[in-house]
Amino acid sequence: MSRLKQFKLPDLGEGLTEGEILQWMVKLGDEVKLNQPIVEVETAKAAVEVPSPYAGVVHEIHHAAGETVDVGSPIITFDTEPGAGPLDPVATASAVSEHPEIGDMVPRPPAEGFVEPGLHAAATSDESGPLGALIGEVGPSGRTATLVGYGPKSVTAKRRARTDSGHATPAKPPVPAVAPPPPATAARVSAAAVGQSAAASAGALTVLAKPPVRKLAKDLGIDLTTVVGTGPNGSITRSDVEGVASQPAASSEPVPSAPLRSVPDYDPATREQRIPIKGVRKMTAAAMVGSAFTAPHVTEFITLDMTPTMELRTKLQGLPEFAGVKVTPLLLVAKALLLAVRRNPEINATWDEAAQEIVVKSYVNLGIAAATPRGLIVPNIKDAEQLTLPELAAALQQLTATARDGRTQPADMARGTITITNVGTFGVDNGTPIINPGESAILCFGAVRPTPWVVDGQIVVRQVTQLALSFDHRNVDGQLGSQFLSDIARVLSDPATALAWS
Amino acid sequence: MSVKGSPLAPATETTPVATSSSAGPELVQLLTPEGERVSHPDYDIDLSDEDYRGFYRDLVLVRRIDVEATALQRQGELGIWAALLGQEAAQVGSGRALRPQDFAFPTYREHGVAWCRGVDPLRLLGLFRGVDNGGWDPQATRFQLYTIVIGSQTLHATGYAMGITKDGAVGDAETGEATIAYFGDGASSQGDVNEAFVWASVYNAPIVFFCQNNQWGISTPTANQTRIPLYQRARGFGFPGVRVDGNDVLATYAVTRKALDDARTGQGPTLVEAFTYRMGAHTTSDDPTRYRLATELEAWKLKDPLERMKAFLYKQQIVGAAFFEGVEHDADELAARIRKGCLEMPDPDPLSMFDSVYAEQTPLLGQQRESFGTYLSGFEGAHA
Repeated sequence: MSRLKQFKLPDLGEGLTEGEILQWMVKLGDEVKLNQPIVEVETAKAAVEVPSPYAGVVHEIHHAAGETVDVGSPIITFDTEPGAGPLDPVATASAVSEHPEIGDMVPRPPAEGFVEPGLHAAATSDESGPLGALIGEVGPSGRTATLVGYGPKSVTAKRRARTDSGHATPAKPPVPAVAPPPPATAARVSAAAVGQSAAASAGALTVLAKPPVRKLAKDLGIDLTTVVGTGPNGSITRSDVEGVASQPAASSEPVPSAPLRSVPDYDPATREQRIPIKGVRKMTAAAMVGSAFTAPHVTEFITLDMTPTMELRTKLQGLPEFAGVKVTPLLLVAKALLLAVRRNPEINATWDEAAQEIVVKSYVNLGIAAATPRGLIVPNIKDAEQLTLPELAAALQQLTATARDGRTQPADMARGTITITNVGTFGVDNGTPIINPGESAILCFGAVRPTPWVVDGQIVVRQVTQLALSFDHRNVDGQLGSQFLSDIARVLSDPATALAWS
Repeated sequence: MSVKGSPLAPATETTPVATSSSAGPELVQLLTPEGERVSHPDYDIDLSDEDYRGFYRDLVLVRRIDVEATALQRQGELGIWAALLGQEAAQVGSGRALRPQDFAFPTYREHGVAWCRGVDPLRLLGLFRGVDNGGWDPQATRFQLYTIVIGSQTLHATGYAMGITKDGAVGDAETGEATIAYFGDGASSQGDVNEAFVWASVYNAPIVFFCQNNQWGISTPTANQTRIPLYQRARGFGFPGVRVDGNDVLATYAVTRKALDDARTGQGPTLVEAFTYRMGAHTTSDDPTRYRLATELEAWKLKDPLERMKAFLYKQQIVGAAFFEGVEHDADELAARIRKGCLEMPDPDPLSMFDSVYAEQTPLLGQQRESFGTYLSGFEGAHA
């Protein structure tokens, strides 16, 4: 028995086929105790810490953080007898082969036998999260999406071969992926067309068609990915398939394309990087698209002299109440926003399309857009309007630290009511922010710069910034949005206003 | 319906649902989170130092079994595991209150009760490793097989309890029998549980309904299951309910013992709501950080069932450091034993799945068994 032990990624949920390595908690050469957490893995169901099954020294880490690993693949190798002298290279080599894939007792026809023409597995496509395919359907990479419960094992699992001799009940012969076309349509479905259809379907996620229509297409030898659906949600109907079947054969012949000018050869593998769309990126994209194309955005700008606020900031920082917390410009902008919300409560609202109601909230869960190692997130400070300035400063500091550590929990991001995004930290003047879904406004805080400014008819250098406010024009009229933005600017231009409004 | 020692709590329309970290004034408690022993007018008990040591030891060992099993699942050695982390006192307290003749009907999370009934933890792991369908003898241990379906064991337990009455095994304070049905706050919304309440009530069945309200039915908070404290539900069905601090092993023991004794002497059912908290995930397939705040978990950590018992033993100088070291040592040995035993469990013969479907083999099942055997022998390297 070798002293080198491999640990393969187990099925951490029920019926999961892969997991993404979030971070390693050990590195090469580390001594590890039994059950010591070694790696954090995120699956479709949960992000979990995996404890070490062995005591020993980390000999090899097979997959770096960020990689998505199939269940059953080795992720780490331990030397379980590190005190026993240097490793024998032969033993090292044999150790790997000592862990053959465990035979799968379940024989099954080739996966293609189950796959609809339109659902062809694309061998090179890497990404098919459960969202990529319908539950229970096979995604582009050949994996079957699971929601809960026991999903199928990965089709790449090795299994013992069936013997061809014998008394065993013969399994049905594998069904070919594309049924041989009946003679009537043989002319149209040439070998070239079949090859082309496989290539065309590589990029297609799925097609919508009822089972009888799929059967019809299969019988006619028609690749459903080449058919334009006219049914509900773009689904393919019987008449769509029949329409394609009645078209002249020439239409499906490949058209040889002569390049207009010679293009230098290039290898996409070396000059392009393909990053799977998943996790935070996927959620961000869905939220942004949902917001941008649902809420009619209006963005207004205001440029203001923030010098009094910047001076106040220095004064506040010296007070004992602010010992241990930082008084940042963002903090004072947040406070100004909270005061402005109190004067303009309708800005702090949700458009409830389903209920046909506008929900005006008496609490402010103040979202702060944060760039984190895992992408953009918007955690919020719950009931921010009830906090004193030192409490708000502490909450802001805590929120930022948690986000930076990647420890923000989903509940911390839920139920936000209004958001600030601080692009000024990147030295940017301003932008037109997109509203966080479920909210009605977002304030963008630009960089504060020494700028020539007119005071009492004289040009002097002042600390100037620009604020931008995007609001949902369905429930926020120009007057309300303008009033709100101008109120924020008033507090920042003259912080004494804050006392007047407190 | 006679009013028993455990009072029928006044269920007013305005009683608010307690928030998940505060249980309200009606909570029966004998040991505070700080480890102070307090008295209660209805549930005071006298316990020996030996009893106290035994309670603590069981709490530690049960938690260790649970932690080791969770690790084994993460390492791919178990298909799934339902952790009891945080609920040790509710299970050990109620489990130790059972008498040898009493019968327990568990969910799939009652590892602590199983421990108190003398079920080897390895038997539990066999089920979660998928090598058997529950390998302990329910008759010998008086501990039914785990029920995966939510709440249906309450009906099984009620039926069994009605049988006890028909057997005339109710009435004697020493030899009378009782059943206890375990379920959770989520199951309290199930039809089965409510039907069990009706049957148990009108037949005055010798049963204790033991609800571990751990605040979460997977991701559903208790506030979405009920508008009144769960123990008050019993009143509508016509039997008493009581809420006990489920993180207090002594109070849970006292309340459950009283309820079981009421049942065995013919006074009918009681609903015990053990107010506790699921500190871990629902099962290893779940990620609680997706639906609950970290602050809630932190608040409950201050009420940890083991820590308060440890503090009590220290403060009362019942034990010294050597005792705690000894218990830790036993826990380490137990963990090592179940790890080794789990890894060594043989895979079952695939044909054995036909053995326990019916008490007697049917012709159809025999045919299926035979053709499956032929099929299996069709693989390379298969024994013919």
